[in-house]
Amino acid sequence: MRNYKIRKFKDKIAYLACLFCALIATLPLISILLEVIKNGFPALNIDFFTKPPGAVGEPGGGIANAIQGTLILLGLTSLIGVPIGVLSGIFLAEFGDNNFGRLVRLSNNILAQFPSIVIGIFVYLVVVIPLGSFSPLAGAISLSIIMIPIVTRTTEEALKLVPNTLREASMALGVSRWRTIISIVLVSAKDGVVTGTLLSIARIVGETAPLIMTILGSQWFFSGLNAPMDSLTLRIWRLALQPYEYAHQQGWGAALVLILLVLFFNVSARVLTRSKYRRV
Amino acid sequence: MIGKKSVSVGREIEEIDRPKGIYKLEIENLNAWFGTKHVLKDISMKIRANAVTAIIGPSGCGKSTFIRCLNRMHELVPSARVEGKVLLDGVNIYSKEIDPVLVRRRIGMVFQKPNPFPMMSIFDNVAAGLKLNGIRDKKRLYEIVKRSLEQAWLWDEVKNDLDKSGASLSGGQQQRLCIARALAVEPEVLLLDEPTSALDPIAASKIEQLIVSLKKNYTIVQVTHNMQQAARISDYTAFMYLGKLIEYDETSKIFSNPREELTENYIAGRFG
Amino acid sequence: MLGDKIFKYATTFVAALSILILTFMVLELFRNSMPVLSLKFIFGVNWNPVVGMEEYGVLPYMLGTLVTSAIAVAVGVPISLGIAIYLSEMAPDFVRKPLSYIIELLAAVPSVIYGLWGMFVFRFWVIEFIEEPLSKYLGFIPIFQGQPFGLDILTSGLVLAVMIIPTVSSVSREVLMAVPNTLREAAYSIGATKWEAIRLGVLSYAKSGIFGAIILGLGRAVGETMAVSMVIGNAIGEAAIPTSLFKAGQTLASLIANEFNEADPISLHAKALIGVGLILFLLALVVNLVAQIMIWRTIKTRGGLVE
Repeated sequence: MRNYKIRKFKDKIAYLACLFCALIATLPLISILLEVIKNGFPALNIDFFTKPPGAVGEPGGGIANAIQGTLILLGLTSLIGVPIGVLSGIFLAEFGDNNFGRLVRLSNNILAQFPSIVIGIFVYLVVVIPLGSFSPLAGAISLSIIMIPIVTRTTEEALKLVPNTLREASMALGVSRWRTIISIVLVSAKDGVVTGTLLSIARIVGETAPLIMTILGSQWFFSGLNAPMDSLTLRIWRLALQPYEYAHQQGWGAALVLILLVLFFNVSARVLTRSKYRRV
Repeated sequence: MIGKKSVSVGREIEEIDRPKGIYKLEIENLNAWFGTKHVLKDISMKIRANAVTAIIGPSGCGKSTFIRCLNRMHELVPSARVEGKVLLDGVNIYSKEIDPVLVRRRIGMVFQKPNPFPMMSIFDNVAAGLKLNGIRDKKRLYEIVKRSLEQAWLWDEVKNDLDKSGASLSGGQQQRLCIARALAVEPEVLLLDEPTSALDPIAASKIEQLIVSLKKNYTIVQVTHNMQQAARISDYTAFMYLGKLIEYDETSKIFSNPREELTENYIAGRFG
Repeated sequence: MLGDKIFKYATTFVAALSILILTFMVLELFRNSMPVLSLKFIFGVNWNPVVGMEEYGVLPYMLGTLVTSAIAVAVGVPISLGIAIYLSEMAPDFVRKPLSYIIELLAAVPSVIYGLWGMFVFRFWVIEFIEEPLSKYLGFIPIFQGQPFGLDILTSGLVLAVMIIPTVSSVSREVLMAVPNTLREAAYSIGATKWEAIRLGVLSYAKSGIFGAIILGLGRAVGETMAVSMVIGNAIGEAAIPTSLFKAGQTLASLIANEFNEADPISLHAKALIGVGLILFLLALVVNLVAQIMIWRTIKTRGGLVE
């Protein structure tokens, strides 16, 4: 039957087409990883990791200040974003089954989709301008606005997974509600909360746009909360735009460091999830 | 006719012109697994043509898995495995040259929860199988859809609403729609997996009567957990327990004078 | 009891912060861009920050955002759907996990690295395999006119396509997995092939959810900044109107990234850029709200099937 043969043919073609799509999507990833390693590795040397950039146009120097900046931002942002995110997540999971909770969830969803560069503009207007200067604090605030919705959502989901019977048992023993939430529920859910935090850190470490107008970028190490600062992402951006070959190579090197950093947090989050299931 | 009733052997389609035996399906040493779990153990039986054969047994005995092996649906589950033979008119549907797609056209299935395609109209639901097989002529489609809905005792209720969504019908109507959809591709065997357990008693009773009327033209195998239903409408009954076929005989004999003690205990409600 | 009350108020207050931040953000954006907002701003094509001859019109940048996002969706969505279908309906178990992890990794790569790769690697692939052949054989068609240089609208669109693949494919996969298995079985039971079963039993049911995933990808493409700013060629004003795929262009987001640091903080130029930010936010908001509604609809409803 011709019709039958055509159907079988279409079946085969559909399978091949979908397989092709899956394979073609792996090409950019493989290319990016290969190029970053191939072009970035030669740039790595002692100076690269210990010195700030030299004068523009002069080869040599490194990205030490950018690495420092990224780490400082990571720390400051987590300090602000994690407590707010976790507490909001607790609110939504334990007290959030009402209209106000729905409003909070909606705001978080909208915030999560906000183009990050517009968040940068906002923080520029309310922190940088009043302060009179660019500031690592402004950078951290803008990154925590990105971090908070992520941590809130993952914390809420992790807490919701804790069975209600646990809460009831604890309160039946006379433990107060807030103690129950902190010592029993949160502790049970801690793996999920930590995973969510690690994933959000992996995300903000790679952000560039909001930093453009909050920390500006710099050729020097951290110089206080009232001065510009550099970050890996800003450095990569600026190096790529320079017309010098050595700068491009340093850019690839910085990209290699950045990708390793991002992968570190991503993989840690994944390892934590896997071990969570194994324990059960 | 939709197309020749045929079985694909290799790349050629042959017309099998066998004399109509009294057995439509012959099952020989059928074994099935879900991963390492052995769910069907060495089942052999012969299913009579143009009769209703009921499969009864407590939950977990493997009766659903059994009929899914009869139209090669069991193997769609990942990690599922089947060994043994199932002969349809003497041809083993599990032989390597046979395409399961063609088997499923000749052996249709109706499921426990009615599952009409929700995004399609009543007409399109019934016509779905026909369109797959290349029938595009609107007049022919209409004829076959009408005939199928009539056979499923649904035509009068929906004939003016053929464009309405399949999901807009009541539970009993949806199930009859699924029966019509299965009948449209002109199968020879109809497998029913607890077809009335999700329906109210009135709808269920209508379907029972429908099943009895269908056996004139089709061979019916029905899984049911409702013993009274099996006693009411089936000609032959098979009792399964823990993956094995315990007893298989005429319904009247099974319910009045079973050979096995296990069968008798189940029928008497002592377990299950 | 007191401890409980304090705790509840504390968490409520913190949770309310997100609402406060959001509201504050929108207000500040409006307030600071008020002086430039006008019909001329939205529909003008000239962009001149020189004091005395100032003119600010964002139409070219809106068109740039539209065209690059359209390319991203046109190329990225079919590939994402193919991936989603392959992973949810066709792939054998030992392939599924590693492959889906690879796709997830695509989402973890920072935007600035996509930009780096786009500038120094991908752009040359696009020139050699797409732009040069198109220019040679179809160069008479207006959208293929111009010397292929690689830092243009087409390349930006294609980089965006790669960047939205993880989002669209993973949401589509969730939508496909939410389709009840019994519909697939119904298709198989009337003798459908695997692809026919996917078409009949899965895709038709998942249509609006998949549409939602597409709109979500569109939202991502609209807001994407760094990668685009590095490969789009940084055109300004009238020259940024996307008349050809091989022309340099500019999107709302890339404009802000490229010009913000140069603008005098108290100037009209800065206010204009803030206005661009506002428009960008509104655009992303609308697109994302539509997406949420569509996805929510498929995952929630079960199409009227008997429960």
